[in-house]
Amino acid sequence: MNGVPMEHGLVLASILFALGLGGLMFRRNMIFVLMSLEIMLNAAGLAFIVAGTGWQQPEGQVMFLLVITLAAAEASVGLALLIQLYHRFKTLNIDVASRMRG
Amino acid sequence: MMELLTTLSTTVSTTLSTTMLLPLTFLLPLLGTLILAFSRGTLGYRSSALVGVGSIGLAALVTAVIALGFAADPAPQNMTLWTWISVGDFTPSMGLALDGLALTMLGVITGVGFFIHLFAAWYMRGEEGITRFYTYMNLFVFSMVLLVLGDNLLLLFLGWEGVGMCSYLLISYYYQNSANGWAGFKAFIITRIGDVFLAIGMFLLFSRLGTLDIAEILTLAPKAWQAGDTTVELAAFLLLGGALGKSAQLPLHTWLADAMAGPTPVSALIHAATMVTAGVYLIARMHGIFELAPVALYATGVIGALTLLMAGFAALAQTDIKRVLAYSTMSQIGYMFLALGVGAFDTAIFHLMTHAFFKALLFLSAGAVIVSCHHEQDMRRLGGLWRKLPLAYMGFVVGGAALAALPLVSAGFYSKDEILWQALAADQQGLLIAGLVGALLTSLYTLRLIIGTFHGVAQSDNARHAETGRGLAHGLPLLVLAVLSTFLGAWITPPLSGVLPPGPGEGVHAGHGALELMAAATALAGMALGVWLFGLKRSWLRPAKHGMGAGLWQLWHHAWGFDILYDWTLVRPYRGLVALLKSDVIEGFFRLLAKLVRLVHLGLSRTQTGRLRGYAATMVIGATLILLSLALMTQGT
Repeated sequence: MNGVPMEHGLVLASILFALGLGGLMFRRNMIFVLMSLEIMLNAAGLAFIVAGTGWQQPEGQVMFLLVITLAAAEASVGLALLIQLYHRFKTLNIDVASRMRG
Repeated sequence: MMELLTTLSTTVSTTLSTTMLLPLTFLLPLLGTLILAFSRGTLGYRSSALVGVGSIGLAALVTAVIALGFAADPAPQNMTLWTWISVGDFTPSMGLALDGLALTMLGVITGVGFFIHLFAAWYMRGEEGITRFYTYMNLFVFSMVLLVLGDNLLLLFLGWEGVGMCSYLLISYYYQNSANGWAGFKAFIITRIGDVFLAIGMFLLFSRLGTLDIAEILTLAPKAWQAGDTTVELAAFLLLGGALGKSAQLPLHTWLADAMAGPTPVSALIHAATMVTAGVYLIARMHGIFELAPVALYATGVIGALTLLMAGFAALAQTDIKRVLAYSTMSQIGYMFLALGVGAFDTAIFHLMTHAFFKALLFLSAGAVIVSCHHEQDMRRLGGLWRKLPLAYMGFVVGGAALAALPLVSAGFYSKDEILWQALAADQQGLLIAGLVGALLTSLYTLRLIIGTFHGVAQSDNARHAETGRGLAHGLPLLVLAVLSTFLGAWITPPLSGVLPPGPGEGVHAGHGALELMAAATALAGMALGVWLFGLKRSWLRPAKHGMGAGLWQLWHHAWGFDILYDWTLVRPYRGLVALLKSDVIEGFFRLLAKLVRLVHLGLSRTQTGRLRGYAATMVIGATLILLSLALMTQGT
């Protein structure tokens, strides 16, 4: 297996994760927040795949299947919430939904 | 006439089984209580009074039937209704026992109680909450009947606590004045101190004899203990403690004078005729224990003698007519304790009965005066009432004569003379002298009360505009009780032979005549002195302003300062302790802890901004910090 070295894959995964995190923190649009979450989940999945390939273990792929399932569930719930919030506030700005305070 | 009575009583006893009727004596008052309590204010004045008086009237009728049956067949009767509790050997039953002693008490409670209830219908007219009044009164009669009919100490204790509660409820009946509430508190707490002694005494008897049944205790006790055994002395002292609290004897007597805050019929029923004599009943009922405990029995007599003197002096310096009567009640119960102390149990019960008649009469007459004079009860503002209130005056004169033991014509003479005679026969010179001095004091304060209230000139507008009481409910009780307070009442002999042991004076006659003369002379001398001091030299009616007289007045007016003594030695230290415990150090530490937690909570709740992106950022920073520290630590190893 003389493919891509494991470090490259992991660095790519870290970059993707950082991008997703940045999007989550700095984006106000709820759709982009959800997309950022998906990117972060996929970055984690990529890290699993890379590690699994590198160490010749099947658990990496098993975990990736789990992550995909989780991402699908998260997306459906997230989108449902998004639609409800949009109905209520008529905007996609996430900072509007901040009425619950300590 | 006698033949007719005998035939009637035999017919009654054959047709109606006494045991069937016995529960009715307390079920009828209970029924009255329930009807009144659940009417929830829908009953008017007339129907409330009808239910309240009627239930006791029916109970009195039932008692009369039972008494007729008992006269035909004077055998003690027992009936067990059901087993109350069953835990191992401890199986007290709801059992009733009727003997001469119980029947005497039952007659006093329902008979005198009925007339007091009837009088209350006149006394309480126009007052608020008549339904509440009769509810409590009927509940009281129910509890008191249970107390005297119970065949075991636990049932007796149930009645004992029930009457205490009704006493509390009725003392603070006019609850809108907080002083009345405090008077109720005081009575409840002080009698509760005695009740604790009684309860411990019951525990002791049960642990040693394995039963609470009174008849069984009385048969088992002589087999279990020698006379003078420490355990039986202790048991007797504990029972005595209970009796002292209930019967307002030294040193637990201070509540009775304040208990006069209740309506006057309450004072007549509870604080003169029945409840306060429950202590005398208890000791007479448990006479077997006291006969085995000579020290406790002697202490009973000494306490009685001290109380009768203390209360006699205190009664001389009261201005409230009800307080005079309250102290005189204490003093008369002191006589009963004196009789118990010399072993003359039947004489004590005889005096209990005559005292119930004449003291109820005096209280009802005082009630008549109070209502007629627009709720004025201070002797200094009454006076000159005898023309306007002839019936109340008659009540006071007849009742006062019985109280002061006017020779030959009054009921009180026969019972009190009997007590003094028993003290002499038991060779208790000290108690006898105390009794004679007490008789002198009794005559003095009785004369002072009657002259101050009814003679001279009216001292206030309330007394000048007194309204004469009218009606059957006002007149009948006064007349009947007045008849019972004369020598006619002394003809009623309580059927106590066989129940209580004969007193020391039984069958002895030497010196009886001389003592009777001496007692009569003392009473008459007291009355003559009273007429001279209060009737002729009227200045003695007023409190002395200066000198030794003023000091004595202050001392006796405050009943030898027991209230002040208890206030300084018990109430204040207790309140101080409570105040100290309320703000103690440990409490302070925990308060600080609570404050700290609250502070942290306030700080943390600030971070809950509701901004999702903020939360994400916080999480990222936190995760980074944790990862960094982990990395640094792994590097270190």
